[in-house]
This record gives sequence, structure tokens and C-alpha cells, in this order.
Amino acid sequence: MYRAIIPALLAFLLGTFSETLLAQEIKLPEGLGDLSIMVAEESEEQGVPFDLSGFLESRIGARLGSDAHQKDMSIGEMRFQVGIEKEFDSLTFNFVSDFIYDPVQGKHAVNLETGQGFMDIREANLTFSPLDFMDVKVGRQVLTWGTGDLLFINDLFAKDWNSFFIGRDDEYLKGPSDALKMAFFFGDYNLDVVYVPRFDADRFIDGTRISFFDRASSDLSGRKNPVFVDRLDRWFEDDELALRFYGAFGAYETALYYYNGYWKSPAGQNITTGRGTFPRLQVFGSSIRGPVSKGIGSLEIGYYKSSDGAGSNPLVRNSEIRMSVGYEQEIGSEFTGGIQYYVEHRLDYDQYLAALPNGALQDRQNRHLFTLRVTKLLMQQDLKISLFDFYSPSDKDGYLRLNISYKILDTLKVELGGNIFYGQKVYSFFGQFQDNSNIYTAIHYDF
Amino acid sequence: MRFFTITIVALSFFWTVSATAADVMEVVKKANHISYYKGKDGRAKVNMSIIDAQGRVRVREFIILRRDDDDTDGKQKFYVYFNKPADVKKMVFMVHKNLDRGDDRWLYLPALDLVKRIAASDERTSFVGSHFFYEDVSGRGVDEDRHEILEEDDTYYIVKSTPKDPNSVEFVFYKNWIHKGTFLPIKTEYYDDRGQVIRSYTALKVDMIGGHPTVTASRMENHETGGKTLMNYSAVKYDVGLPENIFTERYLRKSPRKYLR
Repeated sequence: MYRAIIPALLAFLLGTFSETLLAQEIKLPEGLGDLSIMVAEESEEQGVPFDLSGFLESRIGARLGSDAHQKDMSIGEMRFQVGIEKEFDSLTFNFVSDFIYDPVQGKHAVNLETGQGFMDIREANLTFSPLDFMDVKVGRQVLTWGTGDLLFINDLFAKDWNSFFIGRDDEYLKGPSDALKMAFFFGDYNLDVVYVPRFDADRFIDGTRISFFDRASSDLSGRKNPVFVDRLDRWFEDDELALRFYGAFGAYETALYYYNGYWKSPAGQNITTGRGTFPRLQVFGSSIRGPVSKGIGSLEIGYYKSSDGAGSNPLVRNSEIRMSVGYEQEIGSEFTGGIQYYVEHRLDYDQYLAALPNGALQDRQNRHLFTLRVTKLLMQQDLKISLFDFYSPSDKDGYLRLNISYKILDTLKVELGGNIFYGQKVYSFFGQFQDNSNIYTAIHYDF
Repeated sequence: MRFFTITIVALSFFWTVSATAADVMEVVKKANHISYYKGKDGRAKVNMSIIDAQGRVRVREFIILRRDDDDTDGKQKFYVYFNKPADVKKMVFMVHKNLDRGDDRWLYLPALDLVKRIAASDERTSFVGSHFFYEDVSGRGVDEDRHEILEEDDTYYIVKSTPKDPNSVEFVFYKNWIHKGTFLPIKTEYYDDRGQVIRSYTALKVDMIGGHPTVTASRMENHETGGKTLMNYSAVKYDVGLPENIFTERYLRKSPRKYLR
């Protein structure tokens, strides 16, 4: 008591009472009043036997200009996703499916490969660990690896470019794969083995949602003339194998990759039917990722070995070397920026030129691409503004993705975004999609 | 009266000297230890209510697993598994905390099965949108500030800490009320250059768990914006026996159920 009074008195006398008086205001928190009465608390154990999650959203978008080959609406759908996770002793069952009402697509029959129709199963798999050093996931699953940001070199799992371009959530860029994934962990080095017993193609641009430049007719093509392809659909024959061997050296993550399968989007043509084909493809690659200066740097390279004789066959895409270098760092408060450089280098270019029919469009040997990502969070992270731009100096074209999302509630989010394609030529990679530039808005409720 | 004043001044001078005689680094290190390094590892379920000046509430719920590399109160690994809000459910945020260089951070996005390496950010930015900073959750290096004991009474050491690198932080100094019995910081106030409190932390509830006094409820307030975050810890457990490999890519992709229940 005496010792408490003295500093207070002194403070009063000296006229500086702020610090000392503040000290007196501090209330002991509940539980600290008398340490002797503290008893150990039994922590509650609560298991969740059945887990349900999902969302409901409505997403509407329109083309900025008119496209003679498409509807004016670029997207217009109601989507209900339901996810169920059930744990058994050492087994986890996971099921995620979307139910869609999509008058823009206008196809309601379910096709689980292309994702068209009123139902799209994204995950239906079992996960278990048969050995201490092994995890297995079997069934329909989404798979991702590699170091690029929206650029994929050694990740040859199915992508959904239509969803990406019309403004669905980023998660829809990844299509599901029906696969067996075995992951082996040996401590410093680990190995992933993914076997896809029946080829899972990309949900590629086929004209039904996004019009594109058709080189055969030298004109834009859309929903009236969609791309027809020879699907590879023989179980255990038209299969894919993807390997990743990885380990870390300090803070640097390194990986070697191998893929044996097919070009994921049509990269060839059947000369008699004119249908798109998926020629054979092997990819050998590697990557490294880790801290560089104040941010994260990454480097990834892949050698795309197309089917034999591709170099001199104008109907099959040549072998390529692809490489990306990226760097991302925080550039301000809740503000991050990232840049990447990416190149596709066509091999056997002379053979390609020699085999090219007269008058056919001639691709350059190198396609250079830069990307820029900027993300800013505001209002306690409820407001997110993001911009991602692809720009190719060699094709003189690009693609700008904009998205602003605001969380009205923890469970309710509104979005506004745009997908803007630009370019000088109507046939270049992004330039061909110019008529598909669109803006969209969405309202999204999570449960 | 005059004699009385002199006595008081003399006594208080004596009192001040005795206070500063305590080894301030010892106090700060003990406070750091009890706040961030209890046991060899730990797990807790954390609930946050983020309340803005208008009274709007956002909720976060996650399980946090922590493992110390050794007994030196140095490197640690964190695994944060989100339950709420629903749009981040099953996401995982992993940190390997380094002292000699920036932390290594990863984010796992389950819908894409994407393991994203994220650039180490300013430690003094919001953790998951709350008023707590990364540094408040994982600890601020004791050598980053110069410490002095301002005052001492029966209950507290009042420690003033001034950053060695003033440009790296938003405050000029902070004061910490460190409870003598437990060495828990009970209140922390961050001051700006005008001597105003811009941010403050208050421990609201302490429980004894596994022999470790643990703050199970606390509050962080931003006095400039009027927002605050209430944080509650439940199902706290120490010396769980978390294997080191929990904090690797394997368990980002396949969550370690056993430790998340």
C-alpha cells in the first residue's frame, strides 16, 4: 500500500502523473488474481464426424463489343456447390460437386469430361496412407504443381480455359482429373506419381463459349462451328503419367518433373476428318523457388517433346522449350506485386517453315510473354483489388484480368471484374479473343 | 511539509534505482518465452472477432499448431488451419519462423490443390484481417528494441521498448506491463511521436494449462481507427508431440487430422 502511494504522490507533486497513474488502472485479467487457485484445464476434444460446406452464387457477364459468333452474354449462371467430407478410421472421403443452371451455355446434359451440363463433379476421392511414408489419393481430384503464377509448364493437369476467360472464380481454371496419386516421402526427397488411366484433356477453347481464330477457314469461329476433336478415351491405353521428384535445399525448393501423355489441348489435326487431335507429348522439366531479395523468386523450365516427326509434320505441333522466371514481393502495406517472363521456343523451326503449306500463317520461333500481378487489400482485407496482365511483345497482344471483390459479410461477397483481350492481329494467341472481352459481376454466398 | 516532500523524493529515488537494477533483458526474455515458447510445441483453437468502428463483426476461426526447433527460444514452425469464414475453410497457412532472415511462408489453397509460396511481408501488417499483426501472433525479436524498466510495483514491471530501427515500425516506442508472478505481458501500449497511444493490447483472461499460465482471451485495439479484435484460445494443449514433418508440403496437401480435432 505504502509503495503504491509514494509514486502516485510523487507524480502528483512533479505534475507528471501519466505513466504512474496508468499503471494503477491496469486490471489484472481474469485468472491472474490468485495464482494458487489455478488448476489445470482439461482441453475439450471435439471431432467433426461429417463435414459439409459449399456456396451458392450468381454470376452474370456481357461482352463489351458485339461478337457475331457468340451470344452477347458471356456468362450467366447460378452455381450451387456442395462439398462433403467424411472421415473413417484412416480413410477420408471427399466429394465436391457443382450444380449449375446456365442458360448461356444452354446445354443441360451432363458431360463430366467437358464440364458441360447441370452437374460438374470436381472431386470424388479417397485419401489414405497405406505406409508411413506414403499418401494415396484416388478418384476425381484437382491437381496442381509447379512454380508459375497462372503460367503452367510442368503442370500438365487439366485446365479449364473457358472458365478462366469468362470470369468464373480462379479455382475453375483447374479442371478435375480422374487419377491415382501416390506420394512417397523419404525425408529430404519426395516423389509424387500421378497416373491418369484415361486421358483428361483441357476444357479447351472450342468455340462454344469463346470464339477463336480458325486457321483452316482463316476466320473467326464460334458456337456455330465448334471444334470437333478425336477424343482419346480408351481406359489404360490412352493414359497419362506425371512424376515430380522434389526436395528443398535450405529455403530453396527444387523439383524435377516428367510427363508422358498427350498435348492437353488440340495440337494437331486429323488430315482426313479435319478434327483436332491430341498428339503424344513427353515433358522433361525442373524448377526452383525460394527467397530472393525481399521476395520470392522462381524459375521453371520444360522440354516439350512432341510426337515423332512433329517437326516436319505441319499437322502436329512441334517440340518446344518453355521457360518462366518470376518474382513476387510486398511493395506496400497489404500490397503485393509480381512479375514473370515466359517464353515458348519452337524447336525444329526450319523444318516447320519448310513443311508449312503456302499461304499458311507463320508462327514466330519464340513467343515472349510478360505478366504483371498487383493485389491490394483494404478495409481489414474485406476489399480486394487485383489486376493480372499478360503481355506479349512478340505477338503484340495481351490479356488483362481485373477483379474487385468486397465482403459484405463473412459469408457474402460481391465481385466485379473484367477480362480484356487486346492485340494487333486477329490470329495471335490473345488477339484472336478480342471479341470476347467481357465484364462480369457476381454475388457469392458461402456456407 | 518540506521534510515530508524530501523524504518522498528520496524514497522514490531509492525505489526507482531498485527497479532499474532488475535485469531488463532477463524480464523481457522471460516474457517472450512465456508468451511464445511454452512447452516444446502447442496447439490451440483460436477464435477472433474483428470489430470495426461501426460495430460490424467479422469472425475467424482456426487451429494453430506450433513447434519449436530447439530450446533456445529461436526458430519455430507454425501451421494454421482455417475453419472460418467459409470461403477460407481448409486453407492452410504455414510459417517457418527464422531469426536471421525473413520467415518462409506458404499458403495452401485446397480448391486448386495449390501450394503457394508467399513473400515474407512486413511483420507489422494485419494477420488475417484482424487488428493483430503477424508479429503479435508469432512474437517480436527481443533484440529488435532497446528495453528499459520504467517502473516496478508489486505486480508489474513496466518496460519501455524503443525500436533500434524506427523506420521498420509504425510506433515510436511501446510500454509493456509484465506481470511479475508469471511474466505474462498484461497490457501493451504503442505510442506515436506525439505521445499518443495508437494501439493497445490487453490480456483479458489467463488459464493455467499444462503448468503454463496462458492468455486465453485478449484484445487488440487500434485507437486511430476505433477498430478492435477479440481473440479467444480454446482447446489449448502443450507438449502434444507434434512431429516435425507436420510442417512440410505433405501436410499442407493432406491435413494432419489427428492434430486438428
